[in-house]
Amino acid sequence: MKNKLLACPYIVWMVLFTIIPLGIVFYYAFTDSGTGAFTLANMASMGSYLPIFLRSIWLSLFSALICLLIGYPVAYFIAQCKPSTQRLLELLIMLPMCMSFLLRTLAWVSMLEDTGIINTFLRHLGLAPLPLIRTNGAVILGMVYNYLPYMILPLYSVIMKIDNRLLEAARDLGCTPVNTFTKVILPLSAPGILSGLTMVFVPAVSTFYISQKLGSTGTTLIGDVIESQFKTAYNPNLGAAMSLVLMILIFICVSIMNRFGESEEETEVIAKV
Amino acid sequence: MKKRLFSLMLALLLLVCALPVPVSAAQETITVFNWGQYISDGTDDSLDVLAAFTEATGIKVNYLTFDSNESMYTKLKTGGATYDVIIPSDYMIGKLIAEDMLEPLDFSNIPNYQYIDDAFRGQAYDPEDRYSVPYTWGTVGLIYNTNYVSDADAESWACLWNAKYAGKILMFNNPRDAFAIGESMLGYSFNTEDRSELKDTADLLSLQKDLLQAYVMDQIFGMMERGEAWVAPYYAGDYLTMAEENPDLAFSYPVEGFNIFIDAMCIPKGCQNKAGAEAFINFLCDPEICAANLEYLGYSAPESAAKEYLDEELAASPVAYPDDETLARSASFNSLSLDTTQYMDDLWLSVKTSGANTTLYLILTIAAVLLVGLFFLISNIRKKRKKAQRCRKWKTA
Repeated sequence: MKNKLLACPYIVWMVLFTIIPLGIVFYYAFTDSGTGAFTLANMASMGSYLPIFLRSIWLSLFSALICLLIGYPVAYFIAQCKPSTQRLLELLIMLPMCMSFLLRTLAWVSMLEDTGIINTFLRHLGLAPLPLIRTNGAVILGMVYNYLPYMILPLYSVIMKIDNRLLEAARDLGCTPVNTFTKVILPLSAPGILSGLTMVFVPAVSTFYISQKLGSTGTTLIGDVIESQFKTAYNPNLGAAMSLVLMILIFICVSIMNRFGESEEETEVIAKV
Repeated sequence: MKKRLFSLMLALLLLVCALPVPVSAAQETITVFNWGQYISDGTDDSLDVLAAFTEATGIKVNYLTFDSNESMYTKLKTGGATYDVIIPSDYMIGKLIAEDMLEPLDFSNIPNYQYIDDAFRGQAYDPEDRYSVPYTWGTVGLIYNTNYVSDADAESWACLWNAKYAGKILMFNNPRDAFAIGESMLGYSFNTEDRSELKDTADLLSLQKDLLQAYVMDQIFGMMERGEAWVAPYYAGDYLTMAEENPDLAFSYPVEGFNIFIDAMCIPKGCQNKAGAEAFINFLCDPEICAANLEYLGYSAPESAAKEYLDEELAASPVAYPDDETLARSASFNSLSLDTTQYMDDLWLSVKTSGANTTLYLILTIAAVLLVGLFFLISNIRKKRKKAQRCRKWKTA
């Protein structure tokens, strides 16, 4: 009884701000913009945006993987530090999040631009300027930069909790450091990897600002298209349909990721048996 | 107990919702919704028009901006906010009148309307002059950086399709202005409702997409001033503002023709303070205020009386006040039918989303799906084998 009561505030919150809005998204996605009658036309037109959906998914998957590659060693390192240093480093990781996301992206623009800081510097050295901005790479950079803390923090909290005695046991039983890592640490940190990947992938795939500022006219992401439908084109129905499809695609991607986690856990259990 | 908590939560929520509306009866306010960078705001020794208005009338101005007629329309349509004065362009005013979204003005509250020139009265978008009072007029032309772009190239809109300037070209981020450029290249009317002509225009615009740096509106100021982009179509008045920051910028009226527009002040339905709004419109029509405002904006005055107060250089500028021979190439926008607007929006979206490397992404995706499938298949087979092994071991044991 008591437990249920504790969930009450969040349930009210969720119904008001998640369930009801989702219902509205559904309603809009399947109605006509002019007449409000039921229609499948919005959904039927999704085919022409397939490349944009795919591009969004690929770019954000790629960013999530880069975040993992960068974030894992950092998280591992932090977890090895003294508790006081850990707290400081954790704070430093979160520090960029104290600044507006828009501001940070704009800062990247003025660094990467053709007339930006990096290229001006190169020109002063007498070198040819580099095409840094308005590429897929710049978009991925923006995503990685903005979402990296979401990868490091869950990884860190999971790695920190790994029992040191397990590592000692592995060493005692003749594991090389590499083996200890692949057989003990990596499987035990799998839940952190998964939640990190999800926490980077999900906001990255629906982002709309990064690609507008750092990308070119050829790196439009689905978030940009959805934004334009609500902001300028006044076609909330098409926008809602896109959001719905995007949501389904995200669910599919995340559930596949979770399946990887499950199979890893199972093999682990089998190995123990 | 549960009920009480629930009602408490609800009460709290209502309280939170109610908080950000501190209605102060003491001071009268109006909400003005205008284009970005479109009023003299006191920087660079200019007149702070809004402050001057508050000083003159005691009415406080809540000032908000939009970056295209379309986004202004969307904001009005989605509701949630009320505005007392909006300043859209001609074709959008026609659309708003047709959709019954504007309040007729009470001209007895706007005596300064007498200064508006006859040439700017009785326009096609508001033939009886019931809903709008002209704010400024202007033209669209090609802004280019003389360090990189030759004057000869800049005489034509084709400059925006010139591969020489790839990656340094900007384009309008709104369908009506973008289509107008394509239409003048193809020799079509700006107001064509012919679907095949519109389709041709969209095809021409998609050809340009890979050469572009970006589709922009207000961001154009910084990009052109810094030299990040070299050539862009934009409003003549804004060119004058940009040229003050970067003297290398030049302006041309392309030979194919260009758009001439009037931005006018209107009061949307649902306005909260109509008298205040009319006082604001009246204030902006005052020739002295109008001149001070346009001095900063660089746009052109719809009232000759204001020209007397204008800086001579601006009043004689061929960019702000092109000669009749140049103006003969210009044409204005009419509001299009709802169907055509919708069709244009669809085409515009397809232009902006076209040309993606579909095959590459498809191949990658199919490969990924196959790999994931294979992974699960193998791990399943392995699991089964191990299970069988264990069963056998258990049996033999």
